[in-house]
Amino acid sequence: MTDRQLRLSGLEPFVLTPEIPFVNVGERTNVTGSARFRKLITNREYAAALEVARDQVENGAQIIDINMDEGLIDSKAVMVEFLNLLAAEPDIARVPVMLDSSKWDVIEAGLQCVQGKPIVNSISMKEGEDEFREHASLCLAYGAAVVVMAFDEKGQADTSARKIEICARAYKILTEEVGFPPEDIIFDPNVFAVATGIEEHNNYGVDFIEATRWIRQNLPHAHVSGGVSNLSFSFRGNEPVREAMHAVFLYHAIQAGMDMGIVNAGQLAVYDQIDPELREACEDVVLNRREDATERLLDLAERFRGDGKREEKVRDLKWRDWPVEKRIEHAMVNGITEFIDDDTEEARQNAARPLDVIEGPLMAGMNVVGDLFGAGKMFLPQVVKSARVMKQAVALLLPYMEEEKRLSGVESSNSAGKILMATVKGDVHDIGKNIVGVVLACNNYEIIDLGVMVPPQKIIETARAENVDAIGLSGLITPSLDEMVNMANELEREGFDIPLLIGGATTSKVHTAVKISPGYNRGATVHVNDASRAVGVVSSLLSDEQKPEFVAEIRAEYLEVAEKHARGEAAKKRMPLVDARKNAMQLDWSAYAPVQPQFDGVRVIEDWDLRDIADHIDWTPFFRTWELKGIYPKILDDEKQGEAARTLFADAKKLLNQIVSEKWFSPRAVVGFWRANTVGDDIRLYTDASRSSELATLHTLRQQTTKRAPRPNLALSDFVAPEGTAEDWVGGFVVTAGPEEAEIAKRFEQKNDDYSAILVKSLADRMAESMAEMLHERVRREYWGTSPDENHTLEELIAEKYNGIRPAPGYPAQPDHTEKTTLFGLLDAEAHTGVTLTESMAMWPGSSVSGLYIGHPESYYFGVGKVERDQVADYAERKGMEPEEAERWLAPILNYVPAARPALAAE
Amino acid sequence: MKTFRLPQSDVFAALHEQARQRILLLDGAMGTMIQALAMSEEDYAGTGTGTPCAHPTDLPQKGNNDLLSLTQPEAIEKIHFDFAMAGADIVETNTFSSTTIAQADYGLQAAVHDLNEQAARVARRALDRATEIDGRPRYVAGAVGPTARTASLSPDVNNPGYRAVTFDDLRIAYGQQIRALIAGGVDLILIETIFDTLNAKAAIFACFEVFAEIGQRLPVMISGTITDASGRTLSGQTPTAFWHSVRHARPFTIGLNCALGASAMRPHVAEIGAVADTLVCAYPNAGLPNAFGHYDEGPEETAAQLGEFASTGLVNMVGGCCGTTPEHIQAVAEAIAPHSPRKVPSHD
Repeated sequence: MTDRQLRLSGLEPFVLTPEIPFVNVGERTNVTGSARFRKLITNREYAAALEVARDQVENGAQIIDINMDEGLIDSKAVMVEFLNLLAAEPDIARVPVMLDSSKWDVIEAGLQCVQGKPIVNSISMKEGEDEFREHASLCLAYGAAVVVMAFDEKGQADTSARKIEICARAYKILTEEVGFPPEDIIFDPNVFAVATGIEEHNNYGVDFIEATRWIRQNLPHAHVSGGVSNLSFSFRGNEPVREAMHAVFLYHAIQAGMDMGIVNAGQLAVYDQIDPELREACEDVVLNRREDATERLLDLAERFRGDGKREEKVRDLKWRDWPVEKRIEHAMVNGITEFIDDDTEEARQNAARPLDVIEGPLMAGMNVVGDLFGAGKMFLPQVVKSARVMKQAVALLLPYMEEEKRLSGVESSNSAGKILMATVKGDVHDIGKNIVGVVLACNNYEIIDLGVMVPPQKIIETARAENVDAIGLSGLITPSLDEMVNMANELEREGFDIPLLIGGATTSKVHTAVKISPGYNRGATVHVNDASRAVGVVSSLLSDEQKPEFVAEIRAEYLEVAEKHARGEAAKKRMPLVDARKNAMQLDWSAYAPVQPQFDGVRVIEDWDLRDIADHIDWTPFFRTWELKGIYPKILDDEKQGEAARTLFADAKKLLNQIVSEKWFSPRAVVGFWRANTVGDDIRLYTDASRSSELATLHTLRQQTTKRAPRPNLALSDFVAPEGTAEDWVGGFVVTAGPEEAEIAKRFEQKNDDYSAILVKSLADRMAESMAEMLHERVRREYWGTSPDENHTLEELIAEKYNGIRPAPGYPAQPDHTEKTTLFGLLDAEAHTGVTLTESMAMWPGSSVSGLYIGHPESYYFGVGKVERDQVADYAERKGMEPEEAERWLAPILNYVPAARPALAAE
Repeated sequence: MKTFRLPQSDVFAALHEQARQRILLLDGAMGTMIQALAMSEEDYAGTGTGTPCAHPTDLPQKGNNDLLSLTQPEAIEKIHFDFAMAGADIVETNTFSSTTIAQADYGLQAAVHDLNEQAARVARRALDRATEIDGRPRYVAGAVGPTARTASLSPDVNNPGYRAVTFDDLRIAYGQQIRALIAGGVDLILIETIFDTLNAKAAIFACFEVFAEIGQRLPVMISGTITDASGRTLSGQTPTAFWHSVRHARPFTIGLNCALGASAMRPHVAEIGAVADTLVCAYPNAGLPNAFGHYDEGPEETAAQLGEFASTGLVNMVGGCCGTTPEHIQAVAEAIAPHSPRKVPSHD
């Protein structure tokens, strides 16, 4: 292991061991060797240029040669830029690079960019021994191996005698004077073109091979490399003959000791498979065996010119020959369902009982998946795919197990525990819950999923009847937070002591610690913010050994969080509402001429093109749903998550195409505009141009955080002209990707394909968001025309770089979900789009978006933050609501503890 | 012309001899020891107790641990002394962040030479006192940290080709630091907590240059950091790839420190030990930090794990990183004493 071997590295090590007869250096990232790469580099198409590098590595290149020597580009700058970009691509950067340039400054710039151990290609004594020593010393200090060209003050060595003389001299200087490790020296004795018609060239092949043999026998530990394609230069355009020449040359040079070469792997025939006649003619040329060798090869060449076609890459199915247990494991780790039925059946026939298949190979495979996930080597989408394989296999076994049970009359269960999962009353969002369910199921937990909008009583009844070991609650909208508090109180009252898990987008550790956990003293309440943590938490909670300590830690932590929160809140002073109003935003309404929309009242938008919607998707939140955190498209190249992200993205795109081409969804939208002016903190809408009779009132909430001018205490009403100033307008909208999503997801679930079920839901969500963005753009440009000339790219739209806002009730700028009732009434949204509101004001179907349109160019998104009792009382009165009811809806943003009220009656 | 073929400094022979006979002991953590002193802004700046800093700056200095070598030299000397008396053969200077790049955060670029030179002297004083008591030879290693910037990673996810620091920036900054450390009398250079190998390669390059200036080579210790369960450095290298990248430094030791506790570090140390033809050194954290950033692992626990490293022939040198105290080092000294050092494979 510590023989003097050439040791290189990228992100991963490479050692040139005796078992590797020949290292193929990828040559396609070389502007002098590849016209395509040169074009990409000169056009600065780096993404495509990186693809070239990636292809080479995927096709087995162990080292990649990078050469930017092109007269028209700044080779040094481009070398640096390309290497820096390459460093961000782990699947390329895993292999070592060969920094290839005839200019030392380009090589040195490259050396300063690579963290691995590269090869410098090349240095030589062309400019004398001093410069050679200098460059070699620097290579040593930078930590690089070197290619030494057989080149000296007199020129490039052509005969074997010259090659040997120069290499021997260079070796002595390097090892004896510079202190260079001999195993890091690679000689390039120059491959020159043969069969050129010039007699002096005929022996070049033999000269190279002879010099190679001498070097390997006389210069210990040094290596020999060469650029092979030069050899066949005179047969340009005749690939079959070139390939044959390269194969023949390498066959002999490798036997003589050449152990590295810059070769296009695609341009290489297999020595044994070359037509014997052609092979002999090539050998005559390469080995200079007869005087008429060149003529004979030229005569033959035309016959072998071929059509240049190549075979397609064949899918690697070697694993199909493995034992059935390994095949099942492979299928699970790689999420391949194609063969799982056959494999499961085979395993069943080998097993005494069908259950043995589950407890044996299937669980073993799932354990491998669990370990890889835990170790950060697999990512969520891959795990969900693995679960799909597992489910399909279990589905095949189930009838046999039922049959066995029927015959024996005994039921057996070996699950690690039974977990009840539910999205709470009033909420329809379940993507996150389903993901957690799948991950837990993968880890041998039995999941009882009660679905969405589950009333507390049903949870309690089921928990009792099924004797579950833990309950997981999920929710996305803010009223669900209150439902969870209520649920915790109910569990306490009903005498439960099993763990309660809290998850979902609006939940938080702070909320759980401050509001939910204190209500459930008998059991432990734990906030689980992502699926990857779920298994660890559940296994700790269900383990008799770990549970006491784990629960004590969580309780201590939550107590601390709650106290810290209380201190923080006490420290934050809120302003009285009257003062906050005095510090409202003051826009100059005299200078403002509101634009009149194309229509007033309501219009239904039906001309949706699914393809167009798909093209407008903002993918970053999509990946976040799948717990792949990063910005699209960078995430696709992320070192750790890239592979998972790419696969997920490919699957999503495939499904999306199907959704589009088979018109799975029927997207709908309704939009409306109304004359509007502000009265106090409310926005009043009018029935007609006289602005005398009121159509409806939109209520808004004002920030009460202590602020000082010029930072205003905002309410949405500040962005609309006050009554008596300009004649302003506001709009409103509801979009939905369509109700089909739920039905389609259910079909997938019935086919045991949770992966596709979750995928279709997460895509429907993104499509609704994309529709909202598209509709807003259309509103700005046409329907309202506040910025008719705007022309933003998708990225700018995602970054919200447009004028006007579309705040949604229930979100930070107006946290009161009940405002949706007004909006839905104005738009007659249920009739026009089929979207309905649940008792918690969640929209069904879940893939729906609603909001107001505010047109003022200076409007922007903000968060109301916490509000005080004075505002809640005022707001309740304006809305005609009981203060207690207002407090209930605004619970998440109350800056005070409302008077005790009875727990909401269980249904 | 630069030449990097240089004679070895005097301590090489003594260190090699010691390393042949037994497992050497490095000290424990400086940072968490300083944290435990709970010093104030005035303490750091030396404006209350201590020696005021001679380099003017308006920026707050609390947390600038390296500055304490100038403003609270007695406190630092005591930490070194305690580690020395606990059994450490090699003690690291308090210079983890003493480069212009790292000190820029505190506006103290101009203090870099002083910080390193004085830190070396403070450590030397502490070791001389200890040696006077028990006669055992001890060595000062000049600690060279990673800086907070990475030469092979972009801090901007939207611009992967961007670099916040270049190889030359690092080479120059490290060169200043290493020159000053040598001026202060260090025996070794320790390039540690390497999360980006390209930073370390710049430090190695700076060593080559400074050694060429002074005409001799000091022993260099190199210590990488495996950040998490991926088993790779932050910049993505496997332990073996990391070793290949730094082997040209011909380091006195190669190994790992920080980020992980001993048990999590073990497989990676074993991987390096299997390929490295030089001494192997491991100085893990005292376990993983708890929710409050404190290290709970006690001296006996750390010692048991490092004792196991020793008994299985994994290491030639051990020590401690974050959370380890003189009590840890003393326990480790006892745990490794009965065991022979790892056998170093060699080519020749």
